[in-house]
Amino acid sequence: MPGAEHFAAPPNWEWWILAYFFFGGIAGGSYAIGTLIRLAGTPADQRAARIAFIASFIALIPCPLFLIADLGTPLRFTNMLLNASEGGLSFKYWSPMSVGSWALLGFGLFSFVSFLVAVFAPLGAFARGAVGAVWNVIGTGLGFFVAGYTGVLLAVSNQPVWSDAGWVLGGLFLASALTGAAALLLLVARSRREVEAGTTLRIEAADRNFALLEAILFVLFLVSVAIAGSITKLFGLYLLLWVVVVIGLASPFLMPRLARTWPPVAGPVVALLGVLALRALVIFAAQA
Amino acid sequence: MATIEARPVGFFTDTSICIGCKACEVACKEWNQLEGNPPKFLADSFDNTGQLDAQNWRHVQFIETIPAAATNGGGAPVINMPTQQGGQAWLMLSDVCKHCQQASCLEVCPTNAIVRTEFDTVLIQQDVCNGCRDCISACPYGVIGFNEKTGTAQKCTLCYDRLQNGMQPACAKACPTESIKFGYLDDLHKVADDRLANIQKAGYTSAQLYGRDASVYGGLNAFFLLMDKPETYGLPNKENATLPSRNNLPGYLGGAVTAVAGLVAGVLAFRSQRMSGQAEKR
Repeated sequence: MPGAEHFAAPPNWEWWILAYFFFGGIAGGSYAIGTLIRLAGTPADQRAARIAFIASFIALIPCPLFLIADLGTPLRFTNMLLNASEGGLSFKYWSPMSVGSWALLGFGLFSFVSFLVAVFAPLGAFARGAVGAVWNVIGTGLGFFVAGYTGVLLAVSNQPVWSDAGWVLGGLFLASALTGAAALLLLVARSRREVEAGTTLRIEAADRNFALLEAILFVLFLVSVAIAGSITKLFGLYLLLWVVVVIGLASPFLMPRLARTWPPVAGPVVALLGVLALRALVIFAAQA
Repeated sequence: MATIEARPVGFFTDTSICIGCKACEVACKEWNQLEGNPPKFLADSFDNTGQLDAQNWRHVQFIETIPAAATNGGGAPVINMPTQQGGQAWLMLSDVCKHCQQASCLEVCPTNAIVRTEFDTVLIQQDVCNGCRDCISACPYGVIGFNEKTGTAQKCTLCYDRLQNGMQPACAKACPTESIKFGYLDDLHKVADDRLANIQKAGYTSAQLYGRDASVYGGLNAFFLLMDKPETYGLPNKENATLPSRNNLPGYLGGAVTAVAGLVAGVLAFRSQRMSGQAEKR
């Protein structure tokens, strides 16, 4: 089968976009893990859920700033939501950037409320009630969207690599976001005494599952790009990023064995670097 | 002053009579007040423009295609090359925004800055564009560029301001060989069909119309008579002329399946660990 031919020019999406993809993924993934712990964890695990919701909102705060900074005309950022030419709202369900702008706004609301509930103890009744659970489930849906639509946004283009792996990129970013969020939660949980060892073990197990899912999708991504004939775009200096991605994926499996010789923060930090490297690889290699 | 009716207009660019004079590039820059990029020696034939971008809304391509018969067997070109059959050793094409019927840029633009005008052309409204550059990633022809000074995406407007005032686009007006023809699309199609029939009768069997019919992006308002296959000119062929939206459904489906798998993976981790923890307590 002949490979796809591309004649498109690169959009020059660089560091701001990389930062947004990373922090947006961590925010969405952390919220999802917070909900998972809340609904499937033990009562003792709920402290970790609280940390996850706080981490989610803190990671989300810079995201709109990164996006606005990347615009050529930052003061027109409202045009993403408001139709400047015809009035009314601007929403195109077939444009991932348009849908993503609304999803980010919606997720911001859910993440902010969950952050308040996590920080202020008197609001705990909301967190424990059915309304709180529904709120978390809806927020998780939006969080998953924010974590994954960035991959779809890249795929909905005519760029090499991005459009060649159209069906897998959204899923890959989402799985990677979960891996990164679990790593961040481990990083914070290990530094706080109120999180029990059992909870940490459960988060580690989840991290391994997420990393496995991400590894499968990473292989599928490479196969898709190879079939399309664009795999050479990912070679050269970018092979260094491959190494970081692979080590990051392996770290959740290796760290329990290296725990005696390596500091406890090493595993999560390496996993987070892997998440960042994956996004850098996809963003920069395609535009080179 | 003549008026141009509000009906589909476009360009028919006949590459067989382009002489590479670049008058179209100059006229475009002059009318649209484009400063141009700093001059560079590209070592690419007579091309020192490079590509279409925010400063170059017309780009004359010089494509040197030396037939196998003109080489000495080892691949090296013969210095005193005999006259090529049909003069096709040097292909020239004045490239421009295609004003696609199914425009990838218009499809992805999140701000509705890109619109279709009353002349059926594709226009980036400069007062609405916020410079997100999604259109640049979508355009399959690499037509759109980002203007650092204005902070917006820019491309050929098909001289929208001139059309509104009853004037043909500057490039078509300046073209000395009428390689660039401007007109109503219906009329241009007839001209192009006649020209193709004549040129094929004269023995140029590889000549073809690109974008005349709906097979490429639903038809192009700026379409071409090519002397070789589209890829030679950096144009995607029918198989590769795909819209960005083709990846919408599979992309979201892939994400949704992964989200479910992620939830299952997470629940399994927390449930199984919880069970094993309870078993240990017993």
